[in-house]
Amino acid sequence: MAKIKGAVVVDKDRCKGCEVCVVTCPTQTLALAGEVNAKGYHYSYAAYPDTCIGCANCAVVCPDGVITVYKIKVG
Amino acid sequence: MAEIKTNDIIKPENLAYKKSSVLTDNVMHYCPGCGHGTAHRVLAEVIEEEGLQGRTVGITPVGCSVLMYNYIDVDFQEAAHGRAPALATAVKRLMPDRFVFTYQGDGDLAAIGTAETIHTCNRGENILILFINNGIYGMTGGQMAPTTLAGMKSSTSPYGRDVSMMGSPIKMADIVALLPGTCYVTRQSVNTAGGVRKLKRAIKKAVEYQNDRRGTCFIEVVSNCPSGWKMTPVESNKWMEENMFPFYPLGDIKVPAE
Repeated sequence: MAKIKGAVVVDKDRCKGCEVCVVTCPTQTLALAGEVNAKGYHYSYAAYPDTCIGCANCAVVCPDGVITVYKIKVG
Repeated sequence: MAEIKTNDIIKPENLAYKKSSVLTDNVMHYCPGCGHGTAHRVLAEVIEEEGLQGRTVGITPVGCSVLMYNYIDVDFQEAAHGRAPALATAVKRLMPDRFVFTYQGDGDLAAIGTAETIHTCNRGENILILFINNGIYGMTGGQMAPTTLAGMKSSTSPYGRDVSMMGSPIKMADIVALLPGTCYVTRQSVNTAGGVRKLKRAIKKAVEYQNDRRGTCFIEVVSNCPSGWKMTPVESNKWMEENMFPFYPLGDIKVPAE
């Protein structure tokens, strides 16, 4: 069966660290970083990139539109 | 099979989701987690997908979203407080081929602009009214709004809204649904991915009805105000689901006959 693999790219300088994407992600791919960005927010990043399925739920709920999602079919 | 690296996936041909180009690159001034940003993005996506960028006129309100014209790359007019539907009426009557929408908060639409809202809907002007309802005056510091829930604390109702003294919260969508001029009235939310996708479908329907000159479309978006409610964005979304949705149930209130 073909599997889908995804990848998320977060524009970390524009991220405000609201964490909405983190709780929306069905595969717990995203997490808030321990360090802060230039604005002082704990930005969101792909902590477990291997689990991403490219569903784009994180990008759809992001209030600041900082997430871009890519996906491919594997196998 | 060789292991696929993340860098192999990040290529333009594999793009699944990207912010709309109608949305400008300006960083929004909204607080982290605010529903305004999501609503702006969805609206921009619909404008892009329907090819309306060149013939859209938006009317901005007074409230947190007063600077909306910085974020969506279409023509805008700034209305006096609460008067967005009146200005939209004029724009649509003078330029009937334009897609005209107003974007208003609850202080603008349900308090100072109640007369304009109700009479515009009653006349059935061919415009879209996007109503962001977060139950509070966000910009001025979290004061009680007409839509504040009974018992809900705000900076001007610190012991909770007392219905016997301050009246009950107003359900604007239900009120305008009673008027013959409205063609499509719905209540949506932006706290989950499913909710955002439903809102996008609702805005697309509203565009279609406006093209067909069916009457006023009224979309209420139940939203959060993390700063005004004194919660984290995630807590505020949860609070909204538990408290706002029972009083402001989501779904279509009025749909036109096909």
